[in-house]
Amino acid sequence: MDFGSINPVLLLASLMVAATPILIAALGELVVERTGVLNLGVEGMMITGAICGFATAVNTGSPLIGFIAAAVGGAGLSLLFAFLTQVALANQVASGLGLTLFGLGLSALLGQGYQGIKPPPTGKLDIPLLADIPVLGPILFNHDIMVYAGLALCAAVWAVLKYTRAGLILRAVGENHDAAHALGYKVVRVRMLAIMFGGACAGLGGAYISLIRVPQWTEGMTAGAGWIALALVVFASWKAGRVLLGAWLFGGITVLQLNLQAAGAQLPIPALGWAVILGLAIYGVAKAATKSPMTTKQLWTLGTLFTASLAFALLTQGIRVPFKVEYLSMSPYLITILVLVIMSADKSRAPASLGRIFHASQ
Amino acid sequence: MTLLKKLASAAVALGVATSAMAQDTTKVGFIYVGPVGDGGWTYEHDQGRLAVEEHFGDKVETVFQESVKEGPEAERAIRNMALDGADLIFTTSFGFMEPTLAVAKQFPDVKFEHATGFKTLPNVSTYSARFYEGRAVQGHIAAKMTESNIIGYIASYPIPEVIRGINAAYIHARKVNPDVEFKIIWAYTWFDPPKEADAATALIEQGADVILQHTDSTAPQAAAEKAGGVITFGQASDMAEYKPLPRVSSIIDDWAPYYIDRTQAVMDGTWETKQTWDGIGPGMVKIGEITDAVPAEVKAEALALKEAMANGDYHPFTGPLKKQDGSDWLAEGETADDGTLLGMNFYVEGLTGEIPN
Repeated sequence: MDFGSINPVLLLASLMVAATPILIAALGELVVERTGVLNLGVEGMMITGAICGFATAVNTGSPLIGFIAAAVGGAGLSLLFAFLTQVALANQVASGLGLTLFGLGLSALLGQGYQGIKPPPTGKLDIPLLADIPVLGPILFNHDIMVYAGLALCAAVWAVLKYTRAGLILRAVGENHDAAHALGYKVVRVRMLAIMFGGACAGLGGAYISLIRVPQWTEGMTAGAGWIALALVVFASWKAGRVLLGAWLFGGITVLQLNLQAAGAQLPIPALGWAVILGLAIYGVAKAATKSPMTTKQLWTLGTLFTASLAFALLTQGIRVPFKVEYLSMSPYLITILVLVIMSADKSRAPASLGRIFHASQ
Repeated sequence: MTLLKKLASAAVALGVATSAMAQDTTKVGFIYVGPVGDGGWTYEHDQGRLAVEEHFGDKVETVFQESVKEGPEAERAIRNMALDGADLIFTTSFGFMEPTLAVAKQFPDVKFEHATGFKTLPNVSTYSARFYEGRAVQGHIAAKMTESNIIGYIASYPIPEVIRGINAAYIHARKVNPDVEFKIIWAYTWFDPPKEADAATALIEQGADVILQHTDSTAPQAAAEKAGGVITFGQASDMAEYKPLPRVSSIIDDWAPYYIDRTQAVMDGTWETKQTWDGIGPGMVKIGEITDAVPAEVKAEALALKEAMANGDYHPFTGPLKKQDGSDWLAEGETADDGTLLGMNFYVEGLTGEIPN
């Protein structure tokens, strides 16, 4: 593929940065939804975290304290949602949307006077030795601390949900709150804590945008990142690993398409054929690993597909067409959804109590 | 029931709108595409609104709605404003064109002003600024300042106004530096700071040391500052916070005189539909301070270019010019007519890549 003046190392490094805010926010929302609560206020909590973190970092000169303040700010705002939905038993969809509107307005108010100010720089965590490895060093080991925090968070959420008692209780509450209640678990308390965790994560994600990725404060600067995070949770079938994959895909293709545009790169047509062949190879290896024999019909289909792709790739040798900008622009959304939807063809489904109101007396 | 209610409130609103003429206060509404704190496009429109308030004092009441998405949401926002009794409504983004016309047909007694569009009705005027004059100055400075000979351009949507800006900047860059090359990214947004920052970063990583932007936020300025060794220009607003580097100059839109003028016309009952398109000469477009980061002689040339456009001696689109495909556009000494400029959908010769549809 003709990448022109694109440097793949820089590109992969930018991918990690672009994916981090949606990854952190989506992981928080994932935990919330696994307890059966649908909080549509991610965007509002993100932008509130963005300004809380920004203002604090500017006033204290410490980005770290800024990030802590962002988490506190996001969690504080989410308490409002927790009170409305868990205590006052308000509708979750309406409360969540309200939280987004409230957060956008509140952040605009808090942000008065912070426009055009530069935040203190967040240092890069150059891991000694590892950061000096050619190619891998700049991609993996030369980032700010939040990139690693995001990855660690992803691993932690996955492990806690899968292997710990706390994770089991959390999932039980999300699957069937009446049964969990009957077993003596504090449904409302679990959900309150999860909502606050989700708020803190959204706040951190927002602060990552205002302190590191952009870095500045502008009203409404999250510009829909919260909604992307929300959608990611659903398309990732409420699984932490897939959220990471989705965030990388979305962030990566966003950065890639901008680079392809800037480079005026061209799409080599044969690559389409080779891509299909690569897909077939991966499929074949996966099949072989599961030791499930293929039927003759399947073999014939795969063989035909392989031959056709090979013929296509060889026949179109050397043909290139410019990328269409409009398709490039929609590609992050399209490819992320496509990949995650195909993956969710297994038995994944939403937590059974998602969005339902719980009251002990009912 | 709701339809009845709507009709009833519409009737009431129309009554209010017409009777407001007789009363002393005139209600002026503004629909913004971004937040007033974007530091760019919407910020300047809001400065215009504040100027209207200051100029007329108690005689006028202004209302605004910010961050209105282009599309169906815009129509609802504009209609609500008309229902609330606005006498004059400014809709300040290209994508508000159809929604504005749709609402205008329902409220013949309310006056509408649509920025940067080209469709009018008896109660809809259009107004825009000749931003491309400012782009010419930017192109000149950019080509003189670049060392890599690569200029990055963050474009928003493929509409004539944006294409005009790219062409104007490119023509004047090539004039002073034939080796200069433009790399263009279509962001497909007016306001999305993270995306704008990513676009700027992508351009910088590919060797651009000058970034021009047609998006509304200051995020590209911040990205350029972070990268270092890159210069930028303020867009729509001065973006003075980023002086003297990376921001070395800017295009400033000054809407205040126009807004005051049109509000006065509504008060006097002399408002008529018209299409306004003013540039540096009448003061709708201003060039922000050129900082000391720019060498004195380049600054002097840039100011001379600005002066020539202001007094009408020079038109930024003067032949000989060819289109991208090599066909002739303007002959020697010929200048582009407004019709062609308003509908511009082609690159000039030398630009690479194609314009998305």
